[in-house]
Amino acid sequence: MKVGDYMSNVRQQKIAAHVAIIFAIVFLVGLGLSPQVFAAKSDYLPNKKMRIPKNNQLTPERIELGKALFFDPRLSDTNQMSCATCHNPSLYWTDGLKKAVGNKSQQLKRATPTIVDVGHSRHLFWDGRARSLEEQASGPITSSIEMNQDIQVLIGELKAIPGYVELFDKAYPGEGITEKTIGKGLASFERSIVSAFNSPFDRWVAGDEDALSTAAKRGFELFDGKARCSVCHEGQHFTDGSFHNIGLNNGDDIGRYEFVKVNIMKGAFKTPTLREITRTAPYMHNGEYQTLEEVIEHYVKGGVNKSNLSPEMKAVKLTQREKSDLVEFLKALTEQSNPITVPILPN
Amino acid sequence: MMNKLFTGIFTLSIILATTSGIALVQAKDITIDQQNKTFLLNNKKVEAITVNQGDTIHFMNKDPWFHNIFSLSDLKTFDLGSYPKGVSKPVIFDKKGTVEIECAIHPNMFLEVTVK
Repeated sequence: MKVGDYMSNVRQQKIAAHVAIIFAIVFLVGLGLSPQVFAAKSDYLPNKKMRIPKNNQLTPERIELGKALFFDPRLSDTNQMSCATCHNPSLYWTDGLKKAVGNKSQQLKRATPTIVDVGHSRHLFWDGRARSLEEQASGPITSSIEMNQDIQVLIGELKAIPGYVELFDKAYPGEGITEKTIGKGLASFERSIVSAFNSPFDRWVAGDEDALSTAAKRGFELFDGKARCSVCHEGQHFTDGSFHNIGLNNGDDIGRYEFVKVNIMKGAFKTPTLREITRTAPYMHNGEYQTLEEVIEHYVKGGVNKSNLSPEMKAVKLTQREKSDLVEFLKALTEQSNPITVPILPN
Repeated sequence: MMNKLFTGIFTLSIILATTSGIALVQAKDITIDQQNKTFLLNNKKVEAITVNQGDTIHFMNKDPWFHNIFSLSDLKTFDLGSYPKGVSKPVIFDKKGTVEIECAIHPNMFLEVTVK
């Protein structure tokens, strides 16, 4: 065979191979066998605006007041516990504990969630019982098992501190120091705690192909496809705000069902963000898992306690490499956070 | 003769009025889609809708995940359960008033139905 004929044959074979591949893709797509993707890459760009109530628009004065309140242990009855005791900025606004610790060092039934990007959440607490940050704020302050504070006593204490009178007056002129303005101030500060969106994943989504390792890219494909993580953990905050019973050992904690008497809500909890996931162990609403590998195994099994399980919870087979790729992807959600300045409290 | 004609016209008018009356209150079927975790009416996001007493809303899931439409409103309490893509479930709105509807799984999905 002449060299020219050989090259011609090779070309024909290559063309035939390409045609066969195209036919195979068209055939598979036609059969609906193309790998399902639940969210587009662009859905993860930080484009969503925060919904802020008209009567509590963000101002520097409101954030400053809220910051003082957030870090002030005098908000608790013993003057020992502030919001930051559990939502510690040094620990990515959580506490590193399996379950939160409340009044008189008692262990609570759920883990402390991070509050980064909480301003985007429309249902607060793990069970979603509060419909706004303003409403949520007084919950832990007045709860007998948390900060155990009488709100009227607190208002009296704050009114006796001239620095606070000034802060409230600047933030909410003419509104005074009330449960409402305390809630509004705290909500304003919490709305200012937002992601920097500078993780390797964010840089990759924004167009820097080199920002993400090959393993992490494979992990994202799994996350958004075969492993079905993005059915709930989707979008710029890696949560759609949905509620599911994902088969954890809930004990007697009925979750959202306490407030929404719909069967599927028995044992259901809010889908948390995955941003900075490497810094917010232990995981799940009850702190059941210490490592991301354990979390992935939970989903591979399709849950452990399968009573009233969410219909989205289906066991998924993943190879060791796929599990490892998923972890690499989750690690790529770690940001370069800026240090926070702790306020000097009014006295 | 004229009397018979008037009687005939009167009877015909009654029949027409009754028939058109029935046509006016005939119950309608309305489809609300669940797509991209949003309620859609004719492909547009909808958070409030007015229907007539007796109308039926069909809640059609077009998402590749489950929805669980429910209402705990006093006027109409129902739980359609969790159902997948391609399944539609009907609710008849038989009393006048307001019904607040949500997806239990995705509570950002909200629809207020006013029944008149």
